[in-house]
Amino acid sequence: MKLIVAVIRPEKLTEVLEALYRLDVQGLTVSRVHGHGGERDRVETYRGTTVKMELAEKIRLEIGVSNVFVEPTVEAIVQGARTGEVGDGKIFVLPLDQVVRIRTGERDRAAVTPAGVNPHLDLVEPS
Amino acid sequence: MNAADTTWMLLATAMVLLMTPALAFFYGGLVRSKNALNTMMMSLISLGFVGMAWAMLGYTLAFGHGSHLLGDLSAFGLRGIGLDPAPGSTIPSLLFAAYQGAFAIITAALISGAVVGRMRFLPYITFITLWSLVVYSPVAHWVWGGGWLARIGAMDFAGGTVVHITAATAALVAALVVGPRKDFARHAVLPHNIPFTILGAGLLWFGWFGFNGGSALAANGQAVLAFVNTLLAPSATLVAWTILDQVRTGKVTAVGAATGIVVGLVAITPAAGFVSPFSAMTIGALAAFPSYFAILYRSRTRLDDSLDVVAAHGFGGTTGALLTGVFAQKAWGAPADGLLFGNPRQLLVQAIAVGSTILFTLALTAALLKLAALLAALKAAPQEEGQGMDVSQHGEEAYTSGDGALLLLSETLPGQEPGLAASQGGAQ
Repeated sequence: MKLIVAVIRPEKLTEVLEALYRLDVQGLTVSRVHGHGGERDRVETYRGTTVKMELAEKIRLEIGVSNVFVEPTVEAIVQGARTGEVGDGKIFVLPLDQVVRIRTGERDRAAVTPAGVNPHLDLVEPS
Repeated sequence: MNAADTTWMLLATAMVLLMTPALAFFYGGLVRSKNALNTMMMSLISLGFVGMAWAMLGYTLAFGHGSHLLGDLSAFGLRGIGLDPAPGSTIPSLLFAAYQGAFAIITAALISGAVVGRMRFLPYITFITLWSLVVYSPVAHWVWGGGWLARIGAMDFAGGTVVHITAATAALVAALVVGPRKDFARHAVLPHNIPFTILGAGLLWFGWFGFNGGSALAANGQAVLAFVNTLLAPSATLVAWTILDQVRTGKVTAVGAATGIVVGLVAITPAAGFVSPFSAMTIGALAAFPSYFAILYRSRTRLDDSLDVVAAHGFGGTTGALLTGVFAQKAWGAPADGLLFGNPRQLLVQAIAVGSTILFTLALTAALLKLAALLAALKAAPQEEGQGMDVSQHGEEAYTSGDGALLLLSETLPGQEPGLAASQGGAQ
C-alpha cells in the first residue's frame, strides 16, 4: 500500500478527479493549501501597497491505494493536472503502514477497496 | 421649474446610479471567486467610461433634435444644457441629462453578464463605451428623443426596448463573438457568493423605483403608478418563479428567487406608467415563464451567455414590451389603449419596436465587436482564464489573506533605493 500525496493547480482539480473516477479511485481527501514550487511570482497592487505573492493557491490530494493502483493513479493525476507551465505541482508516493476503515474496522487492502467491491477479485497483488 | 418634481428626480437619479454597483454585486456573486473582482469591475467601470461618453456625445446623440433616426451634436459636452427646464418639462435639463446618463451606464453594464470570466478588460471597456454611443443613443433617440418609434406610437415607459432588449441582444452577440469560457460545459461552474447576488437583487429593486418611478419625470400620479407597479410586478414574478422552481425541482432556490425578482423588474419596465396595478401583477406573473424556460434551455446549448442576460433581460424585456401593447390603458395614463382595451394595432406597433431594436442592435454590435477584434484579442488566454481574471486582468484577488506576500518598495518614492519591484519588471 502507498499513500499518494499530490499538489496540483486548483483549476485542474476537476480534470484530475475525472481521471481518477475513470480508474475507480473513489476514496480521497482534498485540501486547499498554499505553496510555492518555483513558478513566477505574481505582483499585485492594493492601493499604494505593492506585494509579491510568494505563495500560490494549490490543491492537495491524499489517496491511499493498494500497490496495483499506484502507477495508474499517478498516471491519472499527471494526465489531469499537466499544463506544461511551471507550477503544475508534484506527486509524492509514500509507504503506508496501515489503513483502517472506521465504519467496519476492515484493515489495509480491504480498507482501501471501495465498499461493495471484493478486494480479492483482481489479480494477485505484487508484493 | 417645479421644486417637488426636481426633488424627486434628484433622488431618482441617485437611485438609478445605485443600480450599477447593485448589478456588480448581483453578477459578482454568480461567478467563481477567482473572477469576482473582474466581474464586479465590468459593471463598475461603466460609471466612468460610459458616464463620460454620455456627457460628451451620448446625450446629444440621443436627445438632440436631429432627425427621426439620430440626435445631433448641438449639446456636445453638455453645451447649452443648463438649469432651465427643457420645453414641456418641469425639471432642469441638466438633471434630465444626468438621469438619462445613469440609464446609459447601467444598460452598458448589463451586457457584461454574457462575457464574464474570459473577456479581456481593455477591449471590454472599449466595446461598451462605443456601444453606448452607436447602439444605445440611437435607440434611446428613436423611442424617447422624438425619433421614428415615438412617431409610430411605440410605448416604452422606462426602457424595455431601449435598455433591456438592446443590452440582451448585445449580450447574445458578445457571447457568440468572444466565445465561451474554456471550462464552459466541461466543468461545473458554480456561484461563489449567493448572498452577494441576493444583496444585488435587493439593491436593484430599490434602485428600480427610481428607474421606473422617475421615468414620469415628475412627482405626479404617473410616478406613483409606476412606483407601485414596480412593487407589484416583481412580487408576482417571484411567486410564479417559486411555483415553477418547486414543481420542477422540488426545492425553491435562492438564485432562482433573485433571478425572478430581476425578471419581474425587467418585464414591468416598459409598462410601469401605462397599466393598471392588476395588469402589472399579470405581466409580472406571465413574465416568469419565458425567462424560466429560456434559462433551462440555454444551459443545454453551446451559448455561454454566462449569467443569462438574454433569458432575463431579452425574454423579460420582450415579454414586457409586447404585453405593454396588450394591457396599456388610456384610463391609467397611457398614450394609447392596448389590445385588451380595444386597440389591437398597439401590439403590432410594439412588435415592430421590439423587432427593429433587435435587428439594429444585432447588426451594429456584431460590427463593433468584429472591429474591436481587429485591434486586440477580445478573449484572455486559457492560462489567464485558469489563473482567474482577477489576477490576470487586475493584479488583485477578491479574497486574499496576504499570507506569503512580500512588501515591495515603490520604484518611484523619492530618496529610496529602487525596490524589489524594479527587478520584477515583466512579472504579472
